This record gives sequence, structure tokens and C-alpha cells, in this order.
Amino acid sequence: MSLNRRTFIGSGAAAAAMLSAPRVMGQAKARVVVIGGGAGGATAARYLAKDSKGAIDVTLVEPTRKYYTCFFSNLYIGGFRELSSIGHTYGTLASDYGINVVHDWADAIDRDAKTVTLAGGAVLPYDRLILSPGIDFVEGSVPGWDVSAQNRMPHAYKAGTQTELLKAQVEAMPEGGLYAMVAPPNPYRCPPGPYERVSMVAHLLKEINPTAKILIADPKPKFSKMALFQEGWRKHYAGMIEWLGPDFGGGNVRVDPAEMTLDIDGAVENVDVCNVIPAQKAGRICEMAGITKGNWAPVVPQTMQSRMDENIHVLGDSTDQGDMPKSGFSANSQAKVAAMAIRGALTGARVFPPKFTNTCWSLIDTNDGVKVGASYEATEEKIAKVDGFISQTGEDAALRKKTYEESLGWYAGITEDMFG
Amino acid sequence: MHGDLTRRLAGAFAMICAAGAAWAEEIGDADRGKEVFDYCSGCHEVGKGARNGIGPHLNGIFGRPAASVAGDYRYSEGLERAAADGLVWHLDTLDAYLENPKALVTGTRMSFDGLEDPQERADVLAYLRQFSADPQDIPEADPTARKSEVELPASVLEIVGDPAYGEYLSSECTTCHQRDGSDEGIPSIVGWPEEDFVVAMHAYKQKLRPHPVMQMMASRLTDEEIAALAAYFKEFE
Repeated sequence: MSLNRRTFIGSGAAAAAMLSAPRVMGQAKARVVVIGGGAGGATAARYLAKDSKGAIDVTLVEPTRKYYTCFFSNLYIGGFRELSSIGHTYGTLASDYGINVVHDWADAIDRDAKTVTLAGGAVLPYDRLILSPGIDFVEGSVPGWDVSAQNRMPHAYKAGTQTELLKAQVEAMPEGGLYAMVAPPNPYRCPPGPYERVSMVAHLLKEINPTAKILIADPKPKFSKMALFQEGWRKHYAGMIEWLGPDFGGGNVRVDPAEMTLDIDGAVENVDVCNVIPAQKAGRICEMAGITKGNWAPVVPQTMQSRMDENIHVLGDSTDQGDMPKSGFSANSQAKVAAMAIRGALTGARVFPPKFTNTCWSLIDTNDGVKVGASYEATEEKIAKVDGFISQTGEDAALRKKTYEESLGWYAGITEDMFG
Repeated sequence: MHGDLTRRLAGAFAMICAAGAAWAEEIGDADRGKEVFDYCSGCHEVGKGARNGIGPHLNGIFGRPAASVAGDYRYSEGLERAAADGLVWHLDTLDAYLENPKALVTGTRMSFDGLEDPQERADVLAYLRQFSADPQDIPEADPTARKSEVELPASVLEIVGDPAYGEYLSSECTTCHQRDGSDEGIPSIVGWPEEDFVVAMHAYKQKLRPHPVMQMMASRLTDEEIAALAAYFKEFE
């Protein structure tokens, strides 16, 4: 039987009605290929497989067999988590949800033929494609640094070996040494991430190297949860952390990985660790697919469809969607909206109004957790913020402890939501 | 069953919506409340010389932050959590707690099914009010009278939830609340009775039950959506 699935889909509502009717033996299933197995991709794959109850053939393409979440990777640096506790595998998605998990790189996308070619040579046809590749770095954004320098000056902004390397470098710092961070310009993955990172490095140094110093060169005049972090740094790490915003040259930096120096507005510092977090852009596969505008991939808020190709949905950090921060929570939230829209289009499933949420917890020191969050709605133009909240300065220790414990519960919840 | 549920909800909604009416009345009859307190006295002491027992003493309960009695009283994790979120015992929160302790504070150890009758709750609260700060001496203390109640229309209470919609909406819940019922850091929502679920969500929506994330989540749920979630979670295993 050589029924062409794509022409079937193309005929719209009538096709959807037929597809939701009892299935004819041998009829081709709708196919969704998901590229990227993080908070966006894994969640989307799981919800598509779970809710379509076998009506959609889901393939998840992810290069790594063990995925380390970026969220909570700072807690590993601070000594609050084992690295193994933030590593996840795809076994349950394959065995319990019937998802075809392929560990390979996606090399090319042919939008006309609707196929994905993998590095290993396989060609995967799709009816809908989901791209959730996370971030890549903007070349030349930090003069003197490129990816080949990432072992001298780690970014640790994709979790795993980079995170391990950065922690090992902090542990090896000479007594009273200097840890420098080059913070990224907006927009970037996990807005409070660099500042939680600094808090966790400070926590570790306070234990093993209390006279060490931390210097942050920042191109932004203000940053996420700024008042909360600065209050926490004064309280827990007095005299240890210096933040240089753009008024003090924080936006005018150059690094020399061979010499291990950081030049801030002409003043050259010798540094023992230099954590360079470059400017960011959509994962490279988005660019290769030709669905980016500027650094990011614009999407339709109601469905997370690319504004340039209605057969491609983009999730998470790679998107230009509006007001949501680039976070794992956001990607997870967007994934559920996209999965629903795709099921509606491919199998005639009911489609409900999209809802989006985000909450970001950060740890400043032991049992000192803070959070920020908001709810969002889809407008024609963008995903727009509706309502939000943020932890307050001066909160008592009991509340901060509860906030931290809440983040532990959230981690368990979202990783179960992603990986089953 | 449904009638019973509706009646219980009517009580809960009346409690939740107690704000914003035009006239005041005494909380209740303190003398009758002393008799109602017999339900409580197995665990709680109140009045001169009251001490902590199975439950904490109740002197000064009005205006007191939850889980804050000094000394060695060990509160449940649930009350500690509600306290950290800012739960303070006032007339409205005490009324909600007495009506259904577990609907207001998930995981409380107070093993009491709740007082269904609003009048009984009003009476016992009027009795307890006598053992808290006197508003004649302290102007900012809790009032001894309360504003009249506003009832929600029956149409809201009779909404039949759409479980399929509830299933989609529930995906927002499971980002934080684990499906397997674990309650580390964040309470479990698995296996909740439907009415407790509806009461809790409306309590968040009215900002009676504290917690900024949940208040935000509930604030944009319509009555239909809360009913849909309740219908879905009723079947959730």
C-alpha cells in the first residue's frame, strides 16, 4: 500500500477527521521528528507519544546518551549535588513511551522534501519537525575567545564535562587566587544563571580557599534578581565578589587564554580561572534550516510554529517568542503547547487555549533559595507576560529554606515530566 | 453525593468570599462556641495557663503567624511550609482551616475532619477570639466582628468539569508536582478528593491560601478550568 501520508495531511480538516476514525490496517502513521533531547525536546516527544496513544510515530534525535541538565549544574559546582544526580538517560522514553531514540547529530534539513539527514547517514522523513537544540555561541563576541579555548577558559553553559572542568579549575586555584567571569549580554540562556554560578563558586571558595576573589565583567547595567543576589553576596560572601557593570568597563573586555589574562577596559588582570560565557544564538541547526532571523528563530505564539515554515516547531532557548526567559521551565511549558498543536493538526485531537508559565529558582548559599516567575499568554504578536512574582529582599531564613526545598521538588518534577 | 459536595462547597465558597460586604456582625456566639470547643480540647488548650499538648495552645491565635508558638512544639512539615509562605491566622484563614484543615494546609497533622456547619465554626472562633489581643487596647488587632458573607452563585458550583481539558491543563501542574506522588519540597497532588482540590484552588485564586506561585497559577484559571482540573485529578492515579 503506497498511500502518501503527506498529501493526506495536506487536505486539512477532512483529513484530520478521517485520521481520527478507526485506523486502516497498514496505513502510514503521522511522523514527528524531534531534534534535541532537553527540556523542550524530551518533553515534547514524551507528550506526543503519551497523548497520541500510538497514533504518532515519534523519533527523538539527541547526540548524547546521558544528558546533563543545565539547571542545577551550578549546584554541582557549589557541592550541593553530585554530577550523576543531574544526568538523565532516554531509556524510559524508548521503553515505556515507544519513542525511537536516535543518538546522532542532525546534519541537514530539507524543508521541501521534509527530511532530516543525520551525521550517520540516516534520512528521517517527517510530517512535523520539532527543533529544540538549545544555544550556540556568537563567534567573536568575547575578543580573544573562541570554542577552541573552552578548555582553558570554560563556558560551562552546556552542562556536563564543561561543568566538571570549571569546578576542577576552581578547586585547583592557588590560595587567594582570582576567579573571573565574563557575563553574557541579553538575551541568553537562564538569566539568573551566571549570578547563581558566582554564588556557588563563592560558596565553594569560602570552604576551601576563603581569601580567593571573584570578579565579574558584565556588559549589562542590571541583571536578573540583582537586588537579591547582591544582598546575598554581602551577607554570605562579604568582600569576596566584585561586579563591574558597563559603567566600569564590564562591557569592554578581551581575554588571552594562552596567557590567562583578562583585559577590562585596558586594565589587564592575571586570572586563575576565567569563566567566559559568550553571547548566544539559536542552536546551529536552526540556522542551517534557514528559520532564523538575526540570532534567533521567530515563532507563532499559539503553536510554537516557525514563522518561516509551518511544518517546523521551535522550542526553548532557540526561539524568539516574546517575554518568556530562556529557561528549562519555559522550554518545558512551550513543549506542551506545541505537542497539543501538533496532535491537533495530525490526528484531529482537541486543541485548547495555550498557557505558558515559568519559574526560576536560584541558590545563593546553603538553604538560601530565591525565585522569580510569571505566567504568559499567546497574543498575535508574541508570548506576552500576564502576571508575575519575585522573592523579596530581607525575607527570613525559614522562607528561603522552603524556597530552596521547593526547587528540589521542582527538579524532581520537571525531570520526571521530561524523561518519564 | 453531588448534593453533599455542593453543600460543602457552598460553605467553603462562602468562607472564601467573605471579603467586601457592607455591614458587620458579631463573629458568633462565644457561649455556644465553648461547647463546640469540646471537639478541640482533646488536643488543644486555651485560656490562662494553657500549654502545648498534642496540638499547640491557642492563646493569642488571632493575628499569629502559623506554626509560630514558641517552645518545643514540633509542627508538621505542611504547616511549616504554609507558614513560610506567609499564612497568618485571622478570622478568614482560621475559618477555612476549621472547615477543612487539609484543604487549607496540605500535610497538616491536625487529624480533624473539619466543622461543616458555618455557624459552629463562627461560634468556636468567637470563643477563641476572647483569648487573643483585645482590639479596644490594640487598634490593629483582629476584629471581634466580621463583615457579612457573600455567597457564590450556585451556577459556579454546579459546573461539570471537562476531564480532557483538565488533562491538558494538568500538564502545567506536573512541571513541579510529581506524578508519582512524591512530596519532597512541593506537596503531592495525587489522589486528592475533588472537593478539596476545588476548595484549595479557589482559596489560592482569592489569595486566601498563601503561596505566590500557586496564587499566580490559580488567578488565571476560570471556574470552568478549576472544575476541569478537579474532574481530571479525581481520576488521576
